[in-house]
Amino acid sequence: MKLQEYLAKSFHGAISLLKGLHITAGYFFHPSRIVTEQYPNNKKTLKMAERFRGQVIMPHDESGEHKCTACTMCEKACPNGSISILPTKNVAGKKVLGQFIYRFDTCTLCSLCVEACPFDAIRMGQNFENSAYSREAFELILNKKEGRG
Amino acid sequence: MDFPTTNMIGDMIRTLIPNTTLAYLVNGVLAVLALLMIPFVLVPFLIYLERKVCARIQARVGPNRVGPFGLLQTIADVMKLLFKEILIPGGADKFTFLLATTLPLSSSFLILAIMPFDSNLQVTDLSMGVPFVIAISGLGILGLLIGGWGSNNKYSLLGSLRAGSQMISYEISLALIMLFIVLVSGTASLREIVLTQQGPFWHSWWIFKIPVLGLVVFILYLISSTAELNRGPFDIAEAEQELTAGPFTEYSGMAYAMFYLAEYINLVIAAGLAATLFLGGFLPPLIGVQSVDQILVKVPGVVWFALKDLFIIIVYMFFRWTFPRPRVDQLIAFEWKFMLPLNLIMLVLGAVFVSVGWILP
Repeated sequence: MKLQEYLAKSFHGAISLLKGLHITAGYFFHPSRIVTEQYPNNKKTLKMAERFRGQVIMPHDESGEHKCTACTMCEKACPNGSISILPTKNVAGKKVLGQFIYRFDTCTLCSLCVEACPFDAIRMGQNFENSAYSREAFELILNKKEGRG
Repeated sequence: MDFPTTNMIGDMIRTLIPNTTLAYLVNGVLAVLALLMIPFVLVPFLIYLERKVCARIQARVGPNRVGPFGLLQTIADVMKLLFKEILIPGGADKFTFLLATTLPLSSSFLILAIMPFDSNLQVTDLSMGVPFVIAISGLGILGLLIGGWGSNNKYSLLGSLRAGSQMISYEISLALIMLFIVLVSGTASLREIVLTQQGPFWHSWWIFKIPVLGLVVFILYLISSTAELNRGPFDIAEAEQELTAGPFTEYSGMAYAMFYLAEYINLVIAAGLAATLFLGGFLPPLIGVQSVDQILVKVPGVVWFALKDLFIIIVYMFFRWTFPRPRVDQLIAFEWKFMLPLNLIMLVLGAVFVSVGWILP
């Protein structure tokens, strides 16, 4: 290695070390950058990230309607068999959603059902406080009423 | 400004006990007790500080559950270590294994004995202070080496060999840097070195007193003492990812805590030496304005020493949590191909500066 190269390398090395120190000093002198959530203490103010994948939920609009058409795409997408769709027929004889059964105890929160849904009827919720005393508590019915529209 | 060599407690003992030998003995015991306080009071605080600094750098909170602001966390850890069994692995050389735990700590204590905490707060002022420091710091390496050898564990052995080669290499740089200060200040006693740095700080501390050279040598000191301390980025001896805990792998309980204590006392010592050699030790940072200086002089020297020490310690902590660890060969090459030649050049330049008289008054 030529002397010039060697000196240049040493100089740039020193500069890069100073850059590193600048970054760590930035974190050190700005406590607001701390990302730790002190969970049980900040339960009231805790805001989960938008993309957090909690329990699957089925959003309902103001009139209490959901978007599910009982197409069973999510049931087929689910690798664990956590979703069972029980269809029923409405007064017009059309196949509609009877019960959306979601067994949370076998769900791995993989979000495949949400991706499979063609109508955006289900999405990943924000709830992560899931402890319960019995397995039955994890067998959820997501839709609030039968049918659609 | 005068710097007394006797302090209030010593004088009190001497007046209370007329017998000179006995007074000497009592004062000696008091000094040893005072030094013993350093590991028991300062080290838990330093470990707490290290964890907090590291947490802040990594955007975490750090210990904050045990006691107010987590201050009692290290005390709890030490209690846990105290009650743990000291496990001696099968096939280990028991005598060597246990002897190794005492060596680093005793070498640290020996250096603390000549550390000038204040003009009148020094156990003894050796006229050969700097050579003493260089000689004694070799003892700590021996502790690591025989600890790794006695553990009968390949990680321990490899770690101790790596630590040994690293520390022996960097010892040379460190000795040359200290010799540089001895050369320019004309004395090897740590107290006298501090006293050569009186006056406003920008032209009387050795870091600034020799233009440019002082600053370069100070940076070289920081680098080689970090390596000597076995701390990151030069923590080759421990290198958690490769060697679990290096020479300390087989140690548990208090035996492990002894190494830990020695590590943190060495941190205090290295920072203290940096303060003593380059930053005017116990002298106040006079700024040349009469009214301010009068107030600064009133502050006890030990406070200035502690502040400078703490500042350097925090610099070491920043180094540890910022820089990535080099490989073993890179580390050794850095010492022998970069640090050593540069230090020799600095020594020669220092001699030239002294003889030409390029030292600020």
